[in-house]
Amino acid sequence: MSATVTTLDKPRPAERSRFKETWRNLRRSPSGMIGLTILVTHLVIAVISPLIVPYEPTDIDASILLQSPSWEHPFGTDSFGRDGLSRVLMGGRIALVITLTAGVLAITWGGLLGIVLGFLGGVVDEVVMRVVDAMLSFPSLFIYLLVISALGSSDVILILVLSITNGISIIRIARAATLGFVARDFIAAARARGERTATVVLRELLPNVFDVLLVEYAMRWSWMLLSFSSLSFLGFGVTPPTPDWGLMIAENRRRLAIAPWGSIFPMLALGTLVIGINLAADALAKAMGLDRSQEAPI
Amino acid sequence: MLRLVTRRLLLSVLTLFIVSLLVFAGVELLPGDLATAFLGREATPTRVASLRAELGLDRPATERYLNWLGNVVQGDLGMSLARRKPIGDLIGLRMRNTLLLGLTAGLIGLPLALVLGIVAGLTRDRRPDLWISTISLIFMTLPQFVTATFLILLFAITWPIFPAVTIVPPDSPITDFLPNIALPVATLVFVMVAHNLRMVRTNVIDVMTSEYVQMATLKGVPRARVVLRHALPNALLPTINLVALYIAWLVSGVVIIEQVFNYPGIGTLMIQAVHDRDIPLVQAIILVFAGAYVVLNMGADLLVTILDPRLRSMRG
Repeated sequence: MSATVTTLDKPRPAERSRFKETWRNLRRSPSGMIGLTILVTHLVIAVISPLIVPYEPTDIDASILLQSPSWEHPFGTDSFGRDGLSRVLMGGRIALVITLTAGVLAITWGGLLGIVLGFLGGVVDEVVMRVVDAMLSFPSLFIYLLVISALGSSDVILILVLSITNGISIIRIARAATLGFVARDFIAAARARGERTATVVLRELLPNVFDVLLVEYAMRWSWMLLSFSSLSFLGFGVTPPTPDWGLMIAENRRRLAIAPWGSIFPMLALGTLVIGINLAADALAKAMGLDRSQEAPI
Repeated sequence: MLRLVTRRLLLSVLTLFIVSLLVFAGVELLPGDLATAFLGREATPTRVASLRAELGLDRPATERYLNWLGNVVQGDLGMSLARRKPIGDLIGLRMRNTLLLGLTAGLIGLPLALVLGIVAGLTRDRRPDLWISTISLIFMTLPQFVTATFLILLFAITWPIFPAVTIVPPDSPITDFLPNIALPVATLVFVMVAHNLRMVRTNVIDVMTSEYVQMATLKGVPRARVVLRHALPNALLPTINLVALYIAWLVSGVVIIEQVFNYPGIGTLMIQAVHDRDIPLVQAIILVFAGAYVVLNMGADLLVTILDPRLRSMRG
């Protein structure tokens, strides 16, 4: 039995060395390391910010309204006298938690469904892909707005809507990646052994398309951050007075002429985070030998 | 050729039909209905019941859908719940304003994207390409409202050249919008150029590295002629379709950009409708946007069919 196996596809190198190789490639990319550094800094700040903020981000102080940056308040204060630095440090937490959660949900259901469809093929695959194509021809912002106008907005609703719309795009990616493997010998061997569909999908196909899904997760994450902060900016995301970058930019935008720091610092925070994710994801795709698809973030 | 065009037209109608079904079924499948969503906290059993009766929500969903669709086809988009006015009247002038914004941005942005994309593609991995690609990556990844706010900060506050927000009412003559559309158009152009030039660049690189272009170069054809006669026609054709795909995304970009500049277009109306939980108005605007997208997409497909001799000779 072992003799026949060696004549089939080349066995994949062991997990550990593959991880090491990706990391070695990644370290050679300057833009990737810049992106990763920005990303890790943001994540660390998001985790420890409640411990390091100089003031309570929701504390109102009528004696220090709209103060320009100073030693006491390096990022100035807003029209309620709240400390800008504290609000910026805390302002990414909800966005990160919601988008990371929605991302995990989306990649799980979209990824698994995509692999199953690619593996099974047939009429079901045909029908589901037609529906997927119809949904993709439709800007997801409109789906968000339609659902919010019917149900209102809450964290749970946003997580669900983000994971559903993004999962639909992932089906396509996972299915396409799977199609590259279903005709290979090791899948034929698994079928010949009489493995159940679930086993083939989870043990044989999932490990092979995992790279593609990981890169897709990173890209989706940055697009979800864009969607979430846009919704937040439009007033459908986080409820005031909770600090959130999108909401802060919207709130302080009216005083852009007299207190521009209120918008500039959250803009810098949000901008560096999405650029950091994109740089890191691009470099990760290259390090894994994948060509990141130039897809529209709709 | 004629069959190809007919088929494309039918496909567009089918897409619009599916969108209308999704927009309608989407609201039906969610918990609650138009009446409870609109009344929100002010919902009392009697008020919900009377609004339901007024909207005819007691009738079966299929009947209401067919009714709604029939009216939409005849140009009647229904009544707005919050404004108590026919939706057609609310949308009309605002649609003109949004079109003004989109068309101006398209007229400036598309040629710019083509030129920059070709330059970047031809100077692949050298200095001009690196600059163009890096800057476009930044505009691609930044949220549109950040780009917009940044432009306001620079060109309305630091150097007060253009107005920051539009204070013109929706029904004023087009000439009144002229200084006002500068910054929203600039935002749209930045974002659109960033996306589209990358596609043009990829296509130019693909074609320039293809065998027939290398063959032409080896044969001693001058570079200018290789680029203009051999490479560009093939590189630019597929971008027409891709550009149409990005319009879907552009359409949602308009909603956010209009909101930033308080521009009296269809996008700001949509956001207000979502705040008011005015579902019929939201549905109608989505349909209008979907219609615009389908028409533009179809136009791009037909343009490619006309321009590409390989498709022209194909039967169906």
